[in-house]
Amino acid sequence: MRPFLFSKSTAANQAIAKKKSNTQFIAGGTNLVDLMKKHIANPDNLVDISSALPNKVENTAQGVSIGAMMRNSATATDPTILAKFPLVSKAILAGASPQIRNMASMGGNLLQRTRCPYFYDVTTPCNKRQPGSGCSAISGENRMSAVVGHSPQCIAVHPSDLCVALAALDATVKVMDKSNKTQSIAFKDFHRLPDNNPEKDNNLPADALIQSINLSNNNFAKNCSYVKLRDRDSYAFALISVAAALNLNGNKIIEARLASGGVAHKPWRWLEAEQFLKGKEATIANFEAAANIATKGLKPQMHNAFKIPMLKGAIETALKQCLNP
Amino acid sequence: MKQEYNFSRRFFLKTSSALGALAFIPRGVKAFYEDVKNYIIPTKEQIPLKVSINKKSYAIKADTRTTLLDLLREDLNLTGAKKGCDHGQCGACTVHIDGQRVLSCLTLAATLPGKEVTTIEGLANGDQLHPMQEAFIQCDGFQCGYCTPGQIMSAVACVNEGHTKSVAEIKEFMSGNLCRCGAYNGIVESIQKVAAQ
Ligand SMILES: Cc1cc2nc3c(=O)[nH]c(=O)nc-3n(C[C@H](O)[C@H](O)[C@H](O)COP(=O)(O)OP(=O)(O)OC[C@H]3O[C@@H](n4cnc5c(N)ncnc54)[C@H](O)[C@@H]3O)c2cc1C
Ligand code: SF4
Ligand code: FES
Ligand code: FES
Repeated sequence: MRPFLFSKSTAANQAIAKKKSNTQFIAGGTNLVDLMKKHIANPDNLVDISSALPNKVENTAQGVSIGAMMRNSATATDPTILAKFPLVSKAILAGASPQIRNMASMGGNLLQRTRCPYFYDVTTPCNKRQPGSGCSAISGENRMSAVVGHSPQCIAVHPSDLCVALAALDATVKVMDKSNKTQSIAFKDFHRLPDNNPEKDNNLPADALIQSINLSNNNFAKNCSYVKLRDRDSYAFALISVAAALNLNGNKIIEARLASGGVAHKPWRWLEAEQFLKGKEATIANFEAAANIATKGLKPQMHNAFKIPMLKGAIETALKQCLNP
Repeated sequence: MKQEYNFSRRFFLKTSSALGALAFIPRGVKAFYEDVKNYIIPTKEQIPLKVSINKKSYAIKADTRTTLLDLLREDLNLTGAKKGCDHGQCGACTVHIDGQRVLSCLTLAATLPGKEVTTIEGLANGDQLHPMQEAFIQCDGFQCGYCTPGQIMSAVACVNEGHTKSVAEIKEFMSGNLCRCGAYNGIVESIQKVAAQ
């Protein structure tokens, strides 16, 4: 690690005021400390925000607001989240380990960086770590990489499980910017595709803080599922994950939500497949048809064509599990 | 003290003559020096910390970069928690902070004031082992023992959290602790045993 100055803030505006150039906020530290040890993040100043932000689930007029400093494990076991948004709990519990979930904050989870092996290896070119240096994954080890939305500059995927559930549920992210103004960012606009500047993972304004994640009440609590496929049973990042949720009237689908991790630079929504399911009967045949629509026209890399049938199976399984959660 | 002075004086002379030499060096090289100088002359910060570990308080001074794991092992001689990977991937460094299991290798010591740390050394009650320590011995919950302090700290938390309803649940909630010797069956048995008590 490079040496740095450390300070702690007890209020959001105080933390933002401390954000000089090359300053980073630290929440749970589970990603940042690792990146600092590997000389990928090299801040001169570290501002501890763990006492500066809300850490509770609060009921709002539209639904709930989850404080950015709420730990992942506390969110997953929160009674309100379990009752109203069980998909969020399922996705969190599919990620990392109990120790890491106890440390990891909700805000930090959104901002964790990719697990592309070249991003982590400072001896190799990587446009995300060092803009303009090239992408080692395109012609290298890319079985974990994206199958949709990638660019010739970067084919990395976003590693979060939580974010897949938040994308499916159309969450919004409340942020406070440098001038202490707050704004809400729709989840679909929060993360971004790599295009020509993969060094930017998301659209969080410079020096802004995430304050909370907001969810609106919905009718998906009864029929939702999170399927995660990885190299071992537990404690590994997703090769493919699927968050599925159905709003049913009898056996008729009023509305469907389908999102995936492990496929793109951002949590990915399968909007065409959702549209197909709308108004249809919840049958195996319709689930298969939806999975076919989602997996049509994807562009895998040299080493990950296996992700296409894997994704198809995961979507079908997740939709079936929605009927017997 | 004298030694320290000599060292920094020599360091100053070295860097200042390097800077002086720069005046005669082409622009590109100067730009390069601007880029790398932060890496050559970093600002180190030693901060005073009051930390409470196994109910004992320590007043120490530590470099801001010190992790809890290094503080325990290198400075406080509490070598129970092990460094397996140093990157959050193995669980060998598991300790409790305010009763919750966490990874000491990803915890900066600077974030500890006001919190209570418990390590494997703080689990026994005098000469009387913690029931989980007893169970690990009785059920062969280890072979080489390297992962064991982390496994036991995690296992104690697993029981406290109530994640012991089935073998599958125990395995899932112990998945953050890897064991190269593959003592997993004994570990699961130990947890079942303590959970039943
Ligand atoms: C071994 C291992 C396995 C893992 N497996 C999984 C997995 O399977 N699934 C999964 O989803 N995740 C996984 N994770 C990632 C983990 O979930 C993230 O590291 C964690 O959520 C990050 O949260 P944090 O609070 O620790 O963030 P930190 O490390 O503290 O911060 C991360 C970044 O976010 C910024 N930041 C944090 N909070 C805020 C805020 N409120 N406002 C603005 N900026 C902020 C920091 O400045 C930093 O740049 C794994 C991690 C490890 C180490
Ligand atoms: S895929 Fe992205 S993160 Fe991976 S090497 Fe290429 S540029 Fe870097
Ligand atoms: S040493 Fe901390 S998880 Fe491996
Ligand atoms: S007992 Fe040897 S690593 Fe677990």
